[in-house]
Amino acid sequence: MKKNIAISAFALLAASAAHGQELRFMCYQDGNECDVWADAFQTFEAENPGITVVVDVVPYQAILESLPVQLEVGEGPDLARVTDYGGLARFMLDARPFVEDADTIEARYGQSLAWARVGDNAADGIYNIVDQLTATGGFANQTLFEQAGVDMPEPGASWAEWAEASVAVQQATGVDFAMALDRTGHRFAAPAISYGAALFDESGEALVIDDGFRAFAEQFVNWHEDGTMARDVWAGAGGGTYQDAAAEFINANLVMYYSGSWQIGRFGRDIGDAFDWVATGGVCGPEACTGMPGGAGVVGFNHTEHPEAVGKLIGFVARDDVQAQVLAQTRNLPANAELQANGIDYQDVTPEVAAALTAFAASVPTFSDTAYALQGYQYNRAVFTSIPARLTQAIVGELSLDEALDRLHQDVADAIAEAR
Amino acid sequence: MTALFRTLYEGAFNIFEKPMRMLQYSLGAHRMAWVFLLPNLLIFGLFTYLPILLNIWYSTTGGDRILLGDRDWVGGDNFATLFDCGSYLDPNSCRRDLFWRAVHNTGWFVVLQVGFMILLSLIAALILNRTIPLKGFFRAVFFYPVLLSPVVVALIWKWILQRNGVLNAGMDWAGMGTVNWLLDPSWAFFWIVFVSIWANMGFYVLILLAGLQAIPGDVYEAAEMDGTPAWRRLVRITLPLLTPTLLVVMVLSLIRAVQAFDEIYVLTGGGPGSATTLLIQYIYDVGFATRPRQFGLAAAASLVMAGVLLVLTLLQLAATRKRAEEG
Repeated sequence: MKKNIAISAFALLAASAAHGQELRFMCYQDGNECDVWADAFQTFEAENPGITVVVDVVPYQAILESLPVQLEVGEGPDLARVTDYGGLARFMLDARPFVEDADTIEARYGQSLAWARVGDNAADGIYNIVDQLTATGGFANQTLFEQAGVDMPEPGASWAEWAEASVAVQQATGVDFAMALDRTGHRFAAPAISYGAALFDESGEALVIDDGFRAFAEQFVNWHEDGTMARDVWAGAGGGTYQDAAAEFINANLVMYYSGSWQIGRFGRDIGDAFDWVATGGVCGPEACTGMPGGAGVVGFNHTEHPEAVGKLIGFVARDDVQAQVLAQTRNLPANAELQANGIDYQDVTPEVAAALTAFAASVPTFSDTAYALQGYQYNRAVFTSIPARLTQAIVGELSLDEALDRLHQDVADAIAEAR
Repeated sequence: MTALFRTLYEGAFNIFEKPMRMLQYSLGAHRMAWVFLLPNLLIFGLFTYLPILLNIWYSTTGGDRILLGDRDWVGGDNFATLFDCGSYLDPNSCRRDLFWRAVHNTGWFVVLQVGFMILLSLIAALILNRTIPLKGFFRAVFFYPVLLSPVVVALIWKWILQRNGVLNAGMDWAGMGTVNWLLDPSWAFFWIVFVSIWANMGFYVLILLAGLQAIPGDVYEAAEMDGTPAWRRLVRITLPLLTPTLLVVMVLSLIRAVQAFDEIYVLTGGGPGSATTLLIQYIYDVGFATRPRQFGLAAAASLVMAGVLLVLTLLQLAATRKRAEEG
């Protein structure tokens, strides 16, 4: 009897080893994204017997620093939730041969699919499904405007108008800062493009320092000198270090804050009913009113032992019904064109959060091609980290603006040359 | 019971006796030293010498790939890039200006931090060596920061120095106005030197205190009997007899100052601008924080720094040897 049981158990184990496929999914979350995906994958597992998905929740830093090293040596998870599409593109699996309806995916995610179609990747490959589209944009403390008796600029107002109004509010209310912009080139790029920066030359290479770029850089440095911009954010760090000003906005110390849609959930939770706040939508320059797109997405990796299963999972992640359900719970913006058009029925959100989500979603179609091109540029990280490093030197007086811009151009060129 | 333990104890050691005898028989007694050294040599080889060799190899390669096989051979290009300068005294004239800013910052940091730290440590040690009330308490006070993690030290001081920090709150209360201590390049540099001294001074105070206590008391008694004033006793007796200890303290603190990173990185992030970026942070930024990662350049910069540290270490060895010969 015992012998029979042992043989049966062995046969069962052998069978499951032969047919069972376990996929490891390395996931980071701004809010509850990984938890929601873990629930959604139960549906996938029910639809695809024999495939199990293990979600490993890791800090964002692990995605940025550990994952590339693992992939470089041919190790790591089968899938991951990432943001650096250009940097990881060469490790990504093309899911096109394994998904059921590639044309629908193309139609839904065309713009963000292009972000991973760089280097040697196929021009029609399906490498990434963005499950959290982000859009940069502004937030304003409405209560401070009301206390100051200053009219809040209308949608479509310019950076100059926002600066003037924010300074008036700051002076009337005595708060520490009028405006702040996250310390990263990604956030800086949106107003620079709005001021007319082309960023790319004829051959599609960054970073061109043209009149538009120079105009906003000069304005930005001047705003730091006259106190319009919170000096603590950019001058408070060195190198390409990222720094935000969310805590200052949450503490009602800041009138207008230029960041992005990923802050909505945090503001809804941490500000509560302490004061009224609004998303400003796009802020305009002389040439455009663009923000920068971005976001996290699910990608598979080409070292996986189960490419077909990974492809199936990518196809599942891309489905309209799955995306709608996940986005409703994670309260993120859709990258899926169908869902952008129809809207998402967000669950349990306050009126302020709902309005902010609507405002950011409405701003996405106005983003310029240059903004999308930069987001999809293979070496955009070189641009994003070099801009704060050099412009901060101009802000604190280590370099003149001209010297800083020359150095910025050279840094990006050197970094790209090194990568090639 | 004791007999049982002794039997087990001897038995455990006797297990090795036969194989070791056989080994000695086959290798010869003069080679047995290598057998005992082998485990340590393996550990050092694997975790110290191999990484050094890999670092040298990386410094001669380019590209953003990690695996050496995927990297292109560039010879001395990384070093040439680092040393491509109009004038080494003017970072703006250098191709890699941030490297030379880091070199300059490190130089100033070492001079100021080591200079003031030795002076203050000496003063503290001289005071703590006297018969004063609560001597044990004050010794603990000076040594306590050494026990703290550098990150904790930096966070404490950040809490004190930030815009709405304790220091500004106190100054505001006293009607003195406030200062953005960490946003002004000069003040930020002052504070990284200050915090670094505060965090490390206790260790050197302890060494100097040991040095002071090793000076024979009868020398001071003889000086007192001759009516030698206190200042003269300090200059003519204490300092000369403390010189070997001071030399060791100086070399040790020099090496640690060149390697400074964690406290400063957490406190200022190397900013504002590059005002507090030291060499280690430059290496970290180039190799790991920026994209694409420039491992070759970072490896070359780290070898340049290793050269400086090697010189300082040789100085320490020479000083220690001299002290041993004199002692």
